[in-house]
Amino acid sequence: MFGYSMADIGNIVVMQGFSGLSMFTVLLLMALGLAIIFGQMGVINMAHGEFMTIGAYTTVLISKVAANYGFTDYYFVFAIAIAFVLAFAVGYFIEFIMIRHLYKRPLDTLLATWGLSLVMQQIFRSSFGAKEVSAELPEWMLGSFQPTPDIDIPINGVFVMVLAALVTFGVYMFMFKSRWGLRVRATVQNRTMAGAVGINTAKVDRVTFALGCGIAGIAGAAFTTIASTGPTTGTLYIVDSFMVVVFGGAASIVGTIASAFGIAQAQSVLQFFMTSSMGKVSTLLVIVTILMMKPEGLFASKLRK
Amino acid sequence: MTLWEKITASPMLGGKEGVISLAVLAAVIFVVLPLGVDIFRLNLIGKYLTYAFVAVGLVLLWGHGGILSLGQGIFFGLGGYAMAMFLKLEASDPLSTKIQSTPGIPDFMDWNQLTALPWFWEPFKSLPFTIFAVLTIPALFAYIIGYAMFKRRVGGVYFSIITQAVALILSILIVGQQGYTGGVNGMTDLRTMLGWDIRTDSAKYILYFVNGLLLFGAIFLSKYVMSSKFGMLLLAMRDKEERVRFSGYDVSNFKIFIFCLAAMMSAVGGAMFTLQVGFMSPSFVGIVPSIEMVIFCAVGGRASLVGAVYGTLLVNYGKTVFSETYPEMWLFLMGGLFISVVMFFPSGLAGIWDKYATKYGWFKEKAKPVKKLEVSTSEGEAQAVLTETSPETILAADATGVAAKKATRKKADAMPAIESNKMRGAEA
Repeated sequence: MFGYSMADIGNIVVMQGFSGLSMFTVLLLMALGLAIIFGQMGVINMAHGEFMTIGAYTTVLISKVAANYGFTDYYFVFAIAIAFVLAFAVGYFIEFIMIRHLYKRPLDTLLATWGLSLVMQQIFRSSFGAKEVSAELPEWMLGSFQPTPDIDIPINGVFVMVLAALVTFGVYMFMFKSRWGLRVRATVQNRTMAGAVGINTAKVDRVTFALGCGIAGIAGAAFTTIASTGPTTGTLYIVDSFMVVVFGGAASIVGTIASAFGIAQAQSVLQFFMTSSMGKVSTLLVIVTILMMKPEGLFASKLRK
Repeated sequence: MTLWEKITASPMLGGKEGVISLAVLAAVIFVVLPLGVDIFRLNLIGKYLTYAFVAVGLVLLWGHGGILSLGQGIFFGLGGYAMAMFLKLEASDPLSTKIQSTPGIPDFMDWNQLTALPWFWEPFKSLPFTIFAVLTIPALFAYIIGYAMFKRRVGGVYFSIITQAVALILSILIVGQQGYTGGVNGMTDLRTMLGWDIRTDSAKYILYFVNGLLLFGAIFLSKYVMSSKFGMLLLAMRDKEERVRFSGYDVSNFKIFIFCLAAMMSAVGGAMFTLQVGFMSPSFVGIVPSIEMVIFCAVGGRASLVGAVYGTLLVNYGKTVFSETYPEMWLFLMGGLFISVVMFFPSGLAGIWDKYATKYGWFKEKAKPVKKLEVSTSEGEAQAVLTETSPETILAADATGVAAKKATRKKADAMPAIESNKMRGAEA
């Protein structure tokens, strides 16, 4: 195949597979937030990428502060927390002034949040400049460990994966094991009845939306460990994350994980064998084709419609 | 009956107000603008008007059909590229490309070490084929996408997201396949069409007027579609798709048709864009232009054809003015425009105009009496259906029947709660 020996192909798949894992984690964190917002609430948040950028800029700023005051080694924990809180707060505010007026018109949320994303991009550009900035990573995150002489695994990749696993677990616990998650699911299933049994559905909506945005903030923090941040960083991932959510079957966490993994790995491996643009094109084409045949996605929850 | 009365009585043109608004638009495009601005600005306006083709298509597709496509840039681009391929081949005759290592092929192919013209470029040496391709290839592409999705009842936001992904795929593909498409720079340096230099001022004037006429053709075609039975079904489908389906219609075919029609209009716009601007590039294909075209339509009024044209002109004028003087302000304004149009003026400029025109009594016999007429006729026919219950008449009265159901339903909604409860009881 393509003039490589089997051993070569094995090595390539492992190496590209690992570089795909970093992309997988960012896509997964982005898509988890989207799966909550789009899958549960039906709101198409085109500004989701910009919430990720909020998290990324927050982390970069905190890393600069940390470098000044000498706590570079463990600033990342604060950065994740603050990125989450900040993105959550902005999401809460946006839901209050904008989204809640548009629940009945899902296609219009798409346009309005696209407008929001333009405004946010310009805010980033005006306040942080058009140049890409990157966070200063702590020492312990820079190295790599080698299970065998041929395989080289960067620590930051492992860290981000652990983070993604924790967040995924947290989202699962929140959605399916907590009181709040119960309210969210009840509101999604039957808004009127949920209201009738005393759930404050407006508040549930607001917290759900803000939570999705907060997770995007964490995605942004994770993003800084693998790439540098610019004002339009978010737009690079928005279509991919939507494809992940739709492909996995909206509202299914397992589906989101599986499709984020599949898409990231397919792109990463194909980009090695073809040009980078053709790798992306063929991945997206396959997804679109599958979606045309199976519009409800891979892991659709069985619902009576 | 005088000619004026005959024209205003035509339901296709939308009564007196419709005729006047079309006449005003025609006067603006064909008289005021050509006399009022120099050829450089007029060429720019001509460029904006090519986007109006897309906006008009979106009025049909989104405003009347309720299908939001975020991939209209695909069809605009396909039309534009088809025309650009023809012009590029003409511009790269062996004589003017003799310094290349392979004379007679477009310059970007030579830069990418291609030594022969790819097979799919061959037919674009002929103008009739190119025009045929502009009209059919995007429509065919739309048919494939539409067939695959609407037949499986993929609609609403899923359709929007998937069309958006297709737009992304196409733009990445065009950028990536530099040797075949000219890559990110697109196809530049287009000069003549059958030996006629399109860069001269006189050619620009002629192209501007041809573009305007074609745009009016698209508007009249849309008006015809909207005023036909199909147009009514389209509206019914937008508002209550299930009911139309349960009345025995294959809704997916309507959707496919309107999607193809909108695609075809966008493609004509794209071809005219290439002719007037003299180049085509992937920046008119991807996600951003596709969404911007939706906002042109939304600003003008998603249900108003004439409004969509004004919306396109206004937003693009604003974009040009602001990006020349305050480039950093433009994104704020554009974003603010998106948000405010969606949140506060969902029916756009046309909605604002309608509101004030009714309030101050301009065109007194506008909209309302026409609507009343529609309702009364449809009620009449609905009664006819009720009295003559033979199956053929029910089938024949289909479209109006749906409208009549809507009308009665609205009435039911307006009734006091007790009465409508009674009705529901009766229904049950």
